[in-house]
Amino acid sequence: MLQQILFYLFSALVVAAGAMVITIRNPVYAALSLVVAFFASAGLWMMLEAEFLAIALVLVYVGAVMVLFLFVVMMLDINIAVLREGFARYVPIAVVFAVLMMVSITLVVGPKHFGLDQVAAPVAAAADYNNTRALGRALFSQYVIPFEAAAVVLLVAIIAAIALTLRGTRQTKAPKPELQVQVQRNDRLRIIKMEAEKP
Amino acid sequence: MISLAHYLIVGAALFCLSVAGIFINRKNVIVLLMCIELMLLAVNLNFIAFSHFNQDVAGQVFVFFILTVAAAESAIGLAILVVLFRNRSSINVEDIGTMRG
Repeated sequence: MLQQILFYLFSALVVAAGAMVITIRNPVYAALSLVVAFFASAGLWMMLEAEFLAIALVLVYVGAVMVLFLFVVMMLDINIAVLREGFARYVPIAVVFAVLMMVSITLVVGPKHFGLDQVAAPVAAAADYNNTRALGRALFSQYVIPFEAAAVVLLVAIIAAIALTLRGTRQTKAPKPELQVQVQRNDRLRIIKMEAEKP
Repeated sequence: MISLAHYLIVGAALFCLSVAGIFINRKNVIVLLMCIELMLLAVNLNFIAFSHFNQDVAGQVFVFFILTVAAAESAIGLAILVVLFRNRSSINVEDIGTMRG
């Protein structure tokens, strides 16, 4: 019973926050609604006994990615009125598409095919079962090559983000050593001959 | 008792919401990126639900990789957005038609 209450609570929260993300006017509030959606789905993942990923979702997404989103939204001075042009025009077609997709997906994945009669509830895990340990075991044995590839993806993303946003010109006033070692005496010093003068 | 279909329907609802969001927010690149994040969240929910009901940890490994790729994608997307705003002072999708693609 408690499980059902929690499930419907988290699901309602996820769907409501998702609806807020796409309809709300201010992008800052949209980003904050996305944070709520991530928290609620972390709760759903916790109910599905994926504890490690639920915590990782909160730490990585809410802690890093959403902060990056909020940082960019607040840094850019955007004109919301221009961006909202045509909002009302596209709402009917969006609703039609969403309802069509929802109906067709529900026909496929609905209780008729994936209900408890077809897919039985899993047996409860043993008391010493550790989700993090199981995930780590799979990740570092069977999936070690994709794991390394994911690390490379992150490295490429870091380099790409830095390369994109780095300014072309140097902002600092530091001297350039490669030019300084090439300085000749004649560039800096000029000897002139002149008559001596009385002060 | 909560069945697999419950979780799949929540994921489907989230996915349809984000598709609708891409339709109605087609001028605002930031909200488009957020809609893509919502879509990936819906897909991850499906993966984890199947992983739980099939008693197979491979689904959670996939979610791990999706999280990695999504973080990289949003970092690069936001970097592109910052560069775009620096050059054009606008993030309207209509203004980015220079290449006539």
